[in-house]
Parts: sequence; structure tokens; C-alpha cells
Amino acid sequence: MRVVHPERVLYGAGDDRPARFNLRVPSHFFAGSVFVRALSVLICLLLWQSGSANRWNVMVNFQNIPAPTEVAEAFIHLVQSSKLLAHIWSSVARIFVGFGLAAVLAVGLGLLVGRIRLAADIFMSPLEVLRPIPAVAWIPLAILMFPNSEESMIFITFVGAFFPILLNTIHGVSTIDRRLVFASLTLGASPVAVFREVIFPGALPSIVTGLSIGMGTSWFSLVTAEMISGQYGIGYYTWEAYTLQNYPDIVLGMITIGLLGMLSSMLVRRAGGMLMPWQGCREVKV
Amino acid sequence: MKSAASAPGMLKILNANISYFRGGTTTNVLENVSLEVQPGEFLAILGPSGCGKSTLLGAIAGFNRLTQGEIFVDSRPVQKPDADRGIVFQDHNLFPWKTVIANVEFGLKMRGVPETQRRHLAKEMLTRVGLSEFVRHYPDQLSGGMQQRVNLARVLVNRPEVLLMDEPFGALDAQTRLQMQELLLNLWGEYGMTVVFVTHDVDEAILLSDRVLIMSRRPGRIRAEIPVSLSRPRSIDLLTGGDFTDIKRECMRFLRSPQKSHVESCDELIAG
Repeated sequence: MRVVHPERVLYGAGDDRPARFNLRVPSHFFAGSVFVRALSVLICLLLWQSGSANRWNVMVNFQNIPAPTEVAEAFIHLVQSSKLLAHIWSSVARIFVGFGLAAVLAVGLGLLVGRIRLAADIFMSPLEVLRPIPAVAWIPLAILMFPNSEESMIFITFVGAFFPILLNTIHGVSTIDRRLVFASLTLGASPVAVFREVIFPGALPSIVTGLSIGMGTSWFSLVTAEMISGQYGIGYYTWEAYTLQNYPDIVLGMITIGLLGMLSSMLVRRAGGMLMPWQGCREVKV
Repeated sequence: MKSAASAPGMLKILNANISYFRGGTTTNVLENVSLEVQPGEFLAILGPSGCGKSTLLGAIAGFNRLTQGEIFVDSRPVQKPDADRGIVFQDHNLFPWKTVIANVEFGLKMRGVPETQRRHLAKEMLTRVGLSEFVRHYPDQLSGGMQQRVNLARVLVNRPEVLLMDEPFGALDAQTRLQMQELLLNLWGEYGMTVVFVTHDVDEAILLSDRVLIMSRRPGRIRAEIPVSLSRPRSIDLLTGGDFTDIKRECMRFLRSPQKSHVESCDELIAG
């Protein structure tokens, strides 16, 4: 019997499928797909390698760009020393504190502002003014505001994460179906119970989206802050590699930053999925 | 009609008016609505969409403030939503983040009933609506009909004096709707709460209720009151009987209003 892949049933079986392929979760990972995907990565690496080896200088100057093989060599070197680990650790600790503070404050404030008009009137005007200022633009002031660079970098991380989380929380509260609030009231819920049982879980999908975006922006902000005012940290490591002309280490730093960002976003989504068992296998959109 | 004169659930609406002001004009949604519903009575409110019947229901529930007039449940004035008046909407009623059993337990939890006891009561109620096997499911995993069963269980486990229903079966297919209507009649017979049932389906209104109120298009007023003296228990066979057809004709006469603009609303009703 010929078995048709679900992707070939174009209409009628499961109307909630995305319009085209779901790139985020390859739930239908064919052997063919794996092969094509691996091949595409390989071709990218080959192009890079030949660019560096032949010292291409068309539009992009490859003359000082280390080849993948050199980066791999540097990687083996680095793993043998524990230098990178110390840098990673100080960045992760800064993210943990800065992002953690932002998450607690922004979610709490977002729930209040989204639900209580007075809270919105009090908090929103100053926040609206501060919101468009990119976290990176806070760096000079942050250096003046805090006695040491550690605290100013944590502050930058905090600012980077705060607004995406706040705005998504407010959005989440505002999209809760009023009928659910009505239903809870006619079932005898007090105002506090409405918050706990309806508003918070109702906003949770949006909050998790905010946390996921906030995680990305806090890494972005931290790396920049570390490049400017840091001692230790993965951003500092990458910039130091440039000033010391250890070019393979630049790429290594970049890859590490990418991996750390990816891992932490994945962690946020996992935690979100565990908090929201009702969402089933639906992916959180980022 | 059930005669339980001393039972709670007496609903009295005195000269209710709701109007709102927007963009420089005042719109009257409800105009001088007065009615009395006896304890344990099943009242249906019939009217075209936009006639204010849902607004009236919201006022009884305590969501909507009256511009004028008063509503009493057992001579207590209605001021805010409370557990003595349960409500069932057409859809999106259940908390998607709670399992079926947690949804049904909600009202009991709010009243501080201990966990083991409320679990037991909720299970009993779910068995009563035929969903004992879906206790651990989430609402999204259930069909529309099953969701409304859970919803009925969730409201009734609270033992409300008045059950307000806003086109509760309007989103269901015809077959499921008939099953749900039957279930509702059985539950009503068992628990004896007062029911105010809003619908635009004439058959449904007559099949279920003791009395049908017909509302006019905006501003919502009560145009007619038609008693339904069909014997109970009722079944679907009733729908083709002569008595039923007589009452339906009577309803249609009022829905097909002398005002021209009401003819279209009548078509809408037949289609519904």
C-alpha cells in the first residue's frame, strides 16, 4: 500500500497546520531532509574555507578572516585551557541576575498595568518615554550610575530584557477573553482569585513569548556592554581577541555567543512548555 | 410549570433601561423591561440579534449596569456578579489552562471547599453529564458539545439559584444540539433551578421553556409573552406535533412584526 505523507494531504486533514512547512519544529524529519540540511551546512563551510584560503577580496575582504580549520584548531587549544569557561561563566551569571530581575519586575508590572487602569496611568507615561531607548544607549549613563562595571553591565542586561517582557505581558492580559473573567466572577471568584486563576494563566503564553524575546535582547545588550566596559565575559573575550589579533578566537567567541543565546532561549521555551501543559505540542512563536 | 413557591430563585426585573452614549448620540439598548420569573421556571427569551437580549442577561448576571430600574433575586438587589447566578455562554467558556475536573471544581474552590470533597463532587457532576472518562483532558481536546457539557457541570456543581444561558447551543451541530437540549431538561428537572434561556431559535425556545418572551429589535422591549403549556417531560417528537406548531405560529406572528423593518429579522429567525 502506498502511504501518503501528511504534508501531501493538502486540505481537510488537520486544518490547524501552518500554511507552509513548519521550519521551527521538523516534526516530519525525513532522511531526505536531514541529508539536504547537512549538505547545505557543509557547502557554507566549504565556501568559507575556500574564501579564506584563496584570500578573496570581492565586496567582502577575506584576507584576515580565519578559515574554519583555523577556528577548529583554536577551539581545541581553548578547550585544553579553562580560559573560555571563566568568560562564559561570568556572562551567564550576569544574564541570570539581570534577566531574572527583569522577568520578575516586568511580569508583575505588566499584569498590574494590563488589568488596572490606575496602574497604567501611573506607570505608562514614563515607561513609554524610556521604551524606545535601546539598552546599548544606556551604557555611558550606566557606567556613571553604578560604582563598578559589574553592576552597570547587569543593569544593561536588565534594560535589554525588561521592555519586551513588559509589553508582551500587557498584551497577554489585554487579549484575555472577557467571558472567562465573567465566568470566573459568576463562579464566585474574588478579584485576587481572578488575577491568580484567570489573568496570569491567560497571559502566560504571551509572557513566555516575551521572556523568550527578552532573553535574546538581554544577550545582545550584555555582549555589547562587555565589549565596551567589561572584564571577563564572552563579549569581552571576542573584542579582546580582535585587539590582540587572535583572529580565530573572534569567530570562536561569536559562535559561543550564538550557542549560548540559542541554549538559553531554548531553556525559556522548555520552562514555558512545562508551565503550560494545556498548550500541548503547540510551539511558542518567537 | 413546576410549582415550588417557597424555593429560592425568584427573579424580578423592574423597569430596566440600559442606554449608552457614544459619538454624540444616545443608544437605547433596553427600554422598560419588566418581568418576573418564578422559582424553578424555565423562561426563554427570543429575539433577533442585536435586540438586547444578551445585554439583559448580562444585567441579570451583574456585568451590565442598568441606566434605570432594578433587578432582584429573591428580593436581594443585583449589584455585581455572584455565584447565585451562573452563566453559560455560547463558546469559549472554559478555562483552557485547567483540566476538565479543575474547571468543574473552580466554583467549589472559590468557596473554600476542601480539595478531596470538591474533587468528589466534581467527579459526580461529570459522571452526571456523561464525561467521567475525560476528567484529565484539557478543554481544547474536547468537541464543542463536550465542552458545553463540562460547562453545565461547572455551573451546576455550584447549585446556582438562577441559571442564565446565552445561546448556549448555538454553535453546535443539529444532532448535538438536540442531545444537549435533552440533557439540559433532565438536569433542570433534577436540580430545579430557575432558567433564563436566550436564543434566536424558535423551536428551541418552545421545546425547552414554560414561557417564551419575544423581544423587539433595538431598543429592546418585550413585545409578547407566550405561555408554552406542553406537557413534560418533553421529547424531540414534540417538534412535529400540532400543539407545538400552534405555539410556533403564534411566536412567528409576533416576530413577523407590523413594522416593515422586522421582516428581515424574521427570515433570520427561520434560518436560525
